[in-house]
Amino acid sequence: MTEQSPRGRLKIYLGYAAGVGKTFMMLDDAHKLKQLGVDVVIGYFEPHARKDTITKAEGLEAVPRHQVPYRGATFEEMDTAAVLRRHPRVCLVDELAHTNVPGSERAKRWEDVQVLLDAGIDVVTTLNVQHLESLNDQVRDFSGVRVRETLPDWVVKQADEVVMVDLPPEALLNRLRRGAVYSSEKASQALQNFFKESTLVALRELTLRQAAHEVDSRQAAQEKTESSPPVPVAQGTVPSLSASEKPDRILIHVTADPATAALVRRGRRVADFLRAECFAVFISKDPDLRSLLPAEGEAVERHLNFARNLRIETRLLQGKEVASTLVDFARLHGITQIFLLRPQRGGWSRVIGRNLVQQVVRLARDMQVTIVAEHRRYGMRDQTLNKMPQHPRSIPDRHTPPA
Amino acid sequence: MSGQFTRPDPDRLLRQVEAEEEHQRRGRLKVFLGYAGGVGKSFRMLDEGRRRRERGEDVVVGAVQPNPPPEVEALLRSMEIIPLRTVAGMPVMNVEAILSRHPQVCLVDSLAYDNPPGSANPKRWQDAEQLLEAGISVIATVNLQYIEEQQEKVERITGKRVAEAVPQSFLSTAHEIEVVDAPPEMALQRSGDAAPSREGSGTREHQLSELREIALLLAAEIVDHQLEGYLRRQGIEQLWGVHERILVWITPHLNVTAAVAMIASGRRNAERFHGEFYVAYLDQPDLAPTERAALDEIRGYARDAGAHVEGLDGEDEVDAVMDFARAHGITQIFAGHTTQEGLWEHVLGSPLDRLIRAAEGIDVRVFPQSPRQ
Repeated sequence: MTEQSPRGRLKIYLGYAAGVGKTFMMLDDAHKLKQLGVDVVIGYFEPHARKDTITKAEGLEAVPRHQVPYRGATFEEMDTAAVLRRHPRVCLVDELAHTNVPGSERAKRWEDVQVLLDAGIDVVTTLNVQHLESLNDQVRDFSGVRVRETLPDWVVKQADEVVMVDLPPEALLNRLRRGAVYSSEKASQALQNFFKESTLVALRELTLRQAAHEVDSRQAAQEKTESSPPVPVAQGTVPSLSASEKPDRILIHVTADPATAALVRRGRRVADFLRAECFAVFISKDPDLRSLLPAEGEAVERHLNFARNLRIETRLLQGKEVASTLVDFARLHGITQIFLLRPQRGGWSRVIGRNLVQQVVRLARDMQVTIVAEHRRYGMRDQTLNKMPQHPRSIPDRHTPPA
Repeated sequence: MSGQFTRPDPDRLLRQVEAEEEHQRRGRLKVFLGYAGGVGKSFRMLDEGRRRRERGEDVVVGAVQPNPPPEVEALLRSMEIIPLRTVAGMPVMNVEAILSRHPQVCLVDSLAYDNPPGSANPKRWQDAEQLLEAGISVIATVNLQYIEEQQEKVERITGKRVAEAVPQSFLSTAHEIEVVDAPPEMALQRSGDAAPSREGSGTREHQLSELREIALLLAAEIVDHQLEGYLRRQGIEQLWGVHERILVWITPHLNVTAAVAMIASGRRNAERFHGEFYVAYLDQPDLAPTERAALDEIRGYARDAGAHVEGLDGEDEVDAVMDFARAHGITQIFAGHTTQEGLWEHVLGSPLDRLIRAAEGIDVRVFPQSPRQ
């Protein structure tokens, strides 16, 4: 038998904006651990030239960063290989959603973190709620900003502990104005963009709800694994419906339509909240994608890949008739809810799409059909396309707020 | 001397008025909310006091918990403390001393503390209110289990109810509420809550995480009201969904079984999303008696399920439902299937089809005619 070290534990400090104090909390943990004699190192942390944070990092061992040359400049990334060689008990890794500079071994920092966890190293990290993939459309709706660096929700779900780092927006804005978060030029830019007070309030609410959801889903998972029945609580509690109810199974219909990204995110999020299994299918007249226009085939590939990245099981189905193929598959697999895109306004696709919605609704009389329609306020068609590459190769822009 | 003959200087008058207003202005209240003892509220409060002091604000400590942990003790050493006074052998915040010292900011730990009989105010939060009225800002801490309106929920989880309480209405006067979150293990270690409750420590941890969820959602509620306020002030009528809001749309042709299944599902979904739950129908005066009876039955069921039940006015049911959905920031509409086979062949005018076309940015979930089992 091979000896396998148990997987490391992941702890995430969740916030809603730069400057709420996530990094500080992470470093504070490290000092406490160090005092207890735990072997802890900094794998990566982003000082943002903040006085408090820099002072807080003093006295902690930091593994030197990896220098990555790219287009004539040098970028610094976490040196995952060096951390593995050093093999501490706990490693601090700031900004989990960060995209590594092209030329790095892995595209995303969360992938580096997976490697550390697999090696049995505990990781403490930080994350802002707007980087969660399934919230991408919602955040765009209220902030007008399409966040590009995203993280699949399952990475957070997998964390052993998610802790909310809270700060009222007013206090955050004061910090920003005092120059405690960004340099003054960037601060005024930030104040006009992502740091509008109403946006911050909305992001904060989203973070509180997400944190509550994380607590809730961990409890549910624990109850499920515990052999003994859940804790008997005093009478008068709302009866749990989950016991009697058949578990949900969600099926997402993938097409070449750019709005599919939003559909997939929405389906994934609903599945997470309903604790449902989630599948995605593309239906083609032919056994493969070759008969599609190249651009269409690419889009479908990209959408299926995107779904797989969110840990959705995907299938390519062959069928002459889209609606009946979809519904037959759903019935065969005990699907309880089908997710469809609402046809876009105008043009032939609308007519075809509307027919599809009608047909599916008519055929799927034994299950729920959810029709998702995106807001079109921000002309997201193009942005969605840009956002979708499998291996994002944009230069990381970690020193400016997403704007 | 010659004052009565000179016209008062308008600038000076203005300055006077401003100064008076400044003096009369209520202090600002900030509350650190935690889900249990030991999560670090007192530390965060004192740390904020320290930082404000470093920035030049005049900060004093009005009250702290006895026997503070070492890190709190260390912070206290750098602060100005107004000592507690003793009434009937019990420590009480010295409100008079604080008022005469009149700092800009006063730190008040444990708002729910009951003052002993003979004190000026029976509760510490009333002491804090007095400071606020005098124009002193207050930074305070409170535990979820001490918030009056939350105590029933907390008791259901822990089986215990504390005697002291702060009304939620006082907390909602706060300018800022900040959640102090921490893993339950930490609360267990630090609060010295080692005394195993009757079910053992695993159970206590479970209870703590339920309390934690409630505290986070309570803060989210408070923030949601703030957000609505901002949007209204900015003249934005339509609320958008940070918060899931589910609307079950009841139409007269729905049979009771199907409607009940939709409502049950709406309730379950709302629970899972920690969302709001509405059931709406078009108020039609000309319903047949059987339809009226069915609607009454459905409404009763919806109320029992905890929904906000609304009868909508309007000529057109799709318009009425969409207006309601926009005004209430609905994110998901649950709608019933059109019953008669064949209708979908002429759907251009079908209400369901029109609803789907109108519901931009809102998910429409179409339910089967008969509930799945």
